[in-house]
Amino acid sequence: MIKIGVLALQGAVREHIQSVEACGAHAIAIKHKEELKDVDGLILPGGESTTMRRLIDKYDFMDALKEFAREGKPMFGTCAGLILLAKNLVGYREPHLGVMDVTVERNSFGRQVDSFEADLAIKGVASDFPAVFIRAPHIVEAGENVEILAKHDGRIVAAREGQFLGCSFHPELTEDHRFTAYFVKMVKEAKQKQFV
Amino acid sequence: MVTGTDRVKRGMAEMQKGGVIMDVVNAEQAKIAEEAGAVAVMALERVPSDIRAAGGVARMADPRIVEEVMNAVSIPVMAKARIGHIVEARVLEAMGVDYIDESEVLTPADEEFHLNKKEYTVPFVCGCRDLGEAARRIGEGASMLRTKGEPGTGNIVEAVRHIRKVNAQVRKVVAMSEDELMTEAKSLGAPYEILLEIKRLGRLPVVNFAAGGVATPADAALMMQLGADGVFVGSGIFKSENPALFAKAIVEATTHYQDYQLIAELSKNLGTPMKGIEISSLAPADRMQERGW
Repeated sequence: MIKIGVLALQGAVREHIQSVEACGAHAIAIKHKEELKDVDGLILPGGESTTMRRLIDKYDFMDALKEFAREGKPMFGTCAGLILLAKNLVGYREPHLGVMDVTVERNSFGRQVDSFEADLAIKGVASDFPAVFIRAPHIVEAGENVEILAKHDGRIVAAREGQFLGCSFHPELTEDHRFTAYFVKMVKEAKQKQFV
Repeated sequence: MVTGTDRVKRGMAEMQKGGVIMDVVNAEQAKIAEEAGAVAVMALERVPSDIRAAGGVARMADPRIVEEVMNAVSIPVMAKARIGHIVEARVLEAMGVDYIDESEVLTPADEEFHLNKKEYTVPFVCGCRDLGEAARRIGEGASMLRTKGEPGTGNIVEAVRHIRKVNAQVRKVVAMSEDELMTEAKSLGAPYEILLEIKRLGRLPVVNFAAGGVATPADAALMMQLGADGVFVGSGIFKSENPALFAKAIVEATTHYQDYQLIAELSKNLGTPMKGIEISSLAPADRMQERGW
């Protein structure tokens, strides 16, 4: 069975673990960088990106995460996780991991009172996916190799670039596991390729 | 597209899990908190220990302070309204505050009724000492809970009592047979439907943070170990000798609450924590946890 890690420095870790397990894969909470060696794919969960970044630096996770990306292993960032993956952040000089070719703007739908739920059409996943947006970011610009999977109000809210998957919303907060299943499939395919 | 749903309001609190929410009284403190890795800040006019010292009626903060804090940081900003004060809550909502704490730290505006929090788009956090209180607040629409503890004392004993009580009562409900739940609801003074939901989920339907007396990294880690989803630190940071150091150390201890060597390391040379108060020395009228029901 494939193993998927959930970066467990802060945020909605339990929900992602439940969602991955509901998709028939094994899920592990990753608190130390050494544990990255044990997993085939990694989810960067929602939470506060500034907090996660402090803890990533403090515990020397940055190089290990970049190495994980270099090995071609799939990574899935939701909300704050998307911010961590992006190559460019509006209003910031430096990205965090900077591995996915997208420009992301933080809190771009407004404050908490503007947070919302909406049904989304996600390419290859669902035509009616219940998406929960919480102080959500969005993708302002996507590189040429990035496949746009979903838009809301004309804004890109889900995209894939090869091994990287990112979305503005929180698939882990609903009982609908179809988007997580899409990532689990990406991880399975990447692992099969390794052994060919 | 809909705003203010339970999923959106409770989900916001889910995103704060494993994090530390810090009380701040100005932009400068807010920036120190954000820099240290706080997941949110609580904008106040005075931290609880100063509210105690000042006496008199404690009210919602001056909106200018809340605005100053909102402009200073990119993390969520919370603010406190008095228990039952509909207008203070609506004013904070209109300002775009991310979360409202209907708080016993302030002097209650209503000694009988809490806010009907379901009617608001903004989510609320409320204090609780036991499962009955927790379930009543959820029934009114609270999207997040915290222990009441005893605010502004730097003494963890009450928060420990409250988290242990709530979690023991949750375990009992989960283990009960469904036909016993109505009687349990009656004895706890809890809405029956909320107990059904707790039994179905095997846990509270909203996150429950620790609050009211956290003064050191070890206090924060203790509350996490007892099952808190995260930690509020009120006076503990900006009443300590070195706020920036204390803030960082408490954030790390909350993340790695079972890594005792690490907690030993980060507890070294922090300077003096806030001066605490022994609970038994408080006059009954000064016990904030007795406010609300």
